[in-house]
Amino acid sequence: MTAAIKCYHCQELIPPDLSLTAEVAGRTYGVCCLGCKAAAEMISDAGLADFYRFRTAAAPRPDETNDDIWSTYDRPEVADPLLGQEGASSVVNLLIEDTRCSACSWLIGERLRRLSGVARASMNPATGRAQIAFDRSQVGLATVLRSIASLGYRPHVLGATDTLAIATKERRRALKRLAVAGFGMMQVMMIATGLYVGARQGIDPIIREYLRIICLVMTAPVLVYSGRPFFEGALTSLRTHHLGMDVPVVIGLLLAFAASSWNTLTHQGEVYFDSVTMFIFLLLLGRYIEMGARHRAGSTSEALMRLVPATALRIRDQRRERVPVASLETGDLIIVPIGECFPADGRITDAATEADEALLTGESEAVAKPVGSTVVAGSMNVGAPVTIELSAVGQSTVLAGIVRLLERAQTERPRMARLADRAATWFVTRVLLGAMVVALIWLWIDPARAFEATLSVLVVTCPCALSLATPTAVTAATTALARQGLLVTRADALESLAGVTQVVFDKTGTLTLGKPQVTSIQAVSGSKESALDLAASLEQGSEHPLAHAFAGIRVTSRAEEVAVHPGEGVEGWIIGQRLRIGREAFVAAIAGPRPSTVGEASVYLGGPSGWVAAFQIGDALRPEAARTVRELQRLGLSAHIASGDQDAAVMSVAAKLGITDAHARLLPAQKLAFVQALAAQGQQVLAVGDGINDAPTLGAAAVSVALGSGSALAQASADIVALRGDLTTLPMAIEMARRTTRVVRQNLLWATIYNILALPIAALGLVPPWLAAVGMSLSSLLVVLNALRLTSLRPAGSRPAATGVACLA
Amino acid sequence: MTILFMLIPLGLVLVGFAIWAFFWAVGDGQFDDLESPGWSVVMDDRAPVDPTAQDLDPS
Repeated sequence: MTAAIKCYHCQELIPPDLSLTAEVAGRTYGVCCLGCKAAAEMISDAGLADFYRFRTAAAPRPDETNDDIWSTYDRPEVADPLLGQEGASSVVNLLIEDTRCSACSWLIGERLRRLSGVARASMNPATGRAQIAFDRSQVGLATVLRSIASLGYRPHVLGATDTLAIATKERRRALKRLAVAGFGMMQVMMIATGLYVGARQGIDPIIREYLRIICLVMTAPVLVYSGRPFFEGALTSLRTHHLGMDVPVVIGLLLAFAASSWNTLTHQGEVYFDSVTMFIFLLLLGRYIEMGARHRAGSTSEALMRLVPATALRIRDQRRERVPVASLETGDLIIVPIGECFPADGRITDAATEADEALLTGESEAVAKPVGSTVVAGSMNVGAPVTIELSAVGQSTVLAGIVRLLERAQTERPRMARLADRAATWFVTRVLLGAMVVALIWLWIDPARAFEATLSVLVVTCPCALSLATPTAVTAATTALARQGLLVTRADALESLAGVTQVVFDKTGTLTLGKPQVTSIQAVSGSKESALDLAASLEQGSEHPLAHAFAGIRVTSRAEEVAVHPGEGVEGWIIGQRLRIGREAFVAAIAGPRPSTVGEASVYLGGPSGWVAAFQIGDALRPEAARTVRELQRLGLSAHIASGDQDAAVMSVAAKLGITDAHARLLPAQKLAFVQALAAQGQQVLAVGDGINDAPTLGAAAVSVALGSGSALAQASADIVALRGDLTTLPMAIEMARRTTRVVRQNLLWATIYNILALPIAALGLVPPWLAAVGMSLSSLLVVLNALRLTSLRPAGSRPAATGVACLA
Repeated sequence: MTILFMLIPLGLVLVGFAIWAFFWAVGDGQFDDLESPGWSVVMDDRAPVDPTAQDLDPS
């Protein structure tokens, strides 16, 4: 087998010395691990090999471990609160991690439907949600979860009620409102055309009155049903004494509808039903698009919550029992084995351990946790099995706090939109006053034309184009970016991003992969290969993050009596030789002081017979980093590195990427000072990072991007989260932001010019209300269409997303 | 033009029907996922495999 061959299932590179194959649909393919082999053969055996033809992305790599973590889900006390009832079958909502394309959802659906007892399995690849209905007497929840896990995906049980259900309900309701408004608008427009033509060419008065009544009949349900959100919004804004956008909308709608109805029933004057329906439809359309973007943002915070395991081992009355995490209480004692996440915040009572808080802090090094120290929910126990006394559960944990923080950021409205809203409020009060003045003047000049002129002023100057200008452009851009895996969490981010002049990168995990790898070996005795072999066999049992550097290495020797010393290293016996790997002091305790020939390194290996080797453990560059930096420089931005890492590592990364300004050994406070110094020079700074030590930097920069693979805290303080952890989306986002700002400016300019021109003409009574309505609607439509250009066009230089067509070709 | 007295109400009935159909489709979840159903066309749709029948299959 050649060295550079990729695994048929997960598309990762197969280690050169490995020869594992899987038989799929009668052909033999190379795979990278036993998990992939099992998954590929299972898929093939089940007659689902089509998956490989239709997928647009690689399949996730399944875990090789055989630990059955799912069996607890068959216990009634665990399963019951998670399941809902639908007729005779039980329903569960799942969030399935790593579903990458439509073929994945097809595969999962097919696999589940073949289980006897599964009545329905529907899966949405866009959200990663699946809903499964099954007969509990035939198949258990554990079996369902296990079969998904066997395909290599990670299922998370969301429970019977799900925020998605709420979102779905909201979307469905909005869609219905939009449909009623749309159908109503089409009908009314069509009939109104007849009325307009009739007004010019002459029309039978009976037909005219008849058409008007039809318009009234069609408009009433649109106003009452589709217009309801505006009435509700106006009511709340009146109750809070704040003139929002909804107030003028409602006044305009009610006034136009009331006048039209009155004129229809009294057979006189003009009717404006067409403007009413069109107005409602256009506004609803804008809100519908905005809602879609909001829902997508909501799923990130849910992804954070699933860090917490579903069950825990509780000790009560000297007995151990597995219970659902939801039933834990403060003060409970629970046991957390190695490799499992802490389900709640608590204090360690019995033994020292280490916790990997990478998911919360981004720090790859495990934190030592002596007896009595506190651990937080969502971090992983990597040292030793411990008992903890719970101090906070459920919504009061640190993790839940972070999630709330993120949610708050997501509900914030863009500053640009708030400004436009304030401007609109200001404008609205002036318009209402102006309309009153116009009405009084006209009543004095010519009472017969007073109502029409006043209504024209109200309709023509309705600030909806002004109010729509920003939100539509921002939501259009946000949606387009979300499709590329960039989540804009703070609404102002796009505006700031457009004006960015400097980019400050963190190194570890941002420009590099953030996963430790052995970069150099200094062998004191024996060859480098044998040293690596010894080290890898010792580290096999260790969960320590640095040990992961040795994970991919094939070992020939076997370590016995391996003992993990948390925070220090690992000790074991290999071929009758006692060996220690770990920190300098730990190895020196049996090997004597470090000889001067052994250089400074990350990890040492040695035994009573002397020092064996020193390993430098480092971090590889992201493959797309160089291209991204080039792209950013092409956009006129200068790049900097601000890292906490050693000089040599930082300089070599900077040299490889062509970044001239690199700073090493910076403390978080110094990073912050660096960014602030740049800002003080009048530069707009974009900070890119992933860890907790980046959090202040991210907060201080004008706009910040956190990579999705990083810590939750960094993500919470970042304006934009790159969910795929792909740097190339960065230049794309900047281009998109610049285009968005351009579109917003065009929109605001257009809306302002339109209103300035239209207001005096309407006040002079030169604009009939129908023309005012057309003008207003056209100006809004123009603004919305201009904004929608952002979704349809792909910025130059970006790579097209994988599409179904591309996959089939 | 008296035909309008019949045609327009007829049109309204049709619109009512269209709205009813759309509401039904929304309620049925047809607009919840606009992507994967399109794929079901190109994916081979096999009848659910009967485990006993599979044993007789030589492949």
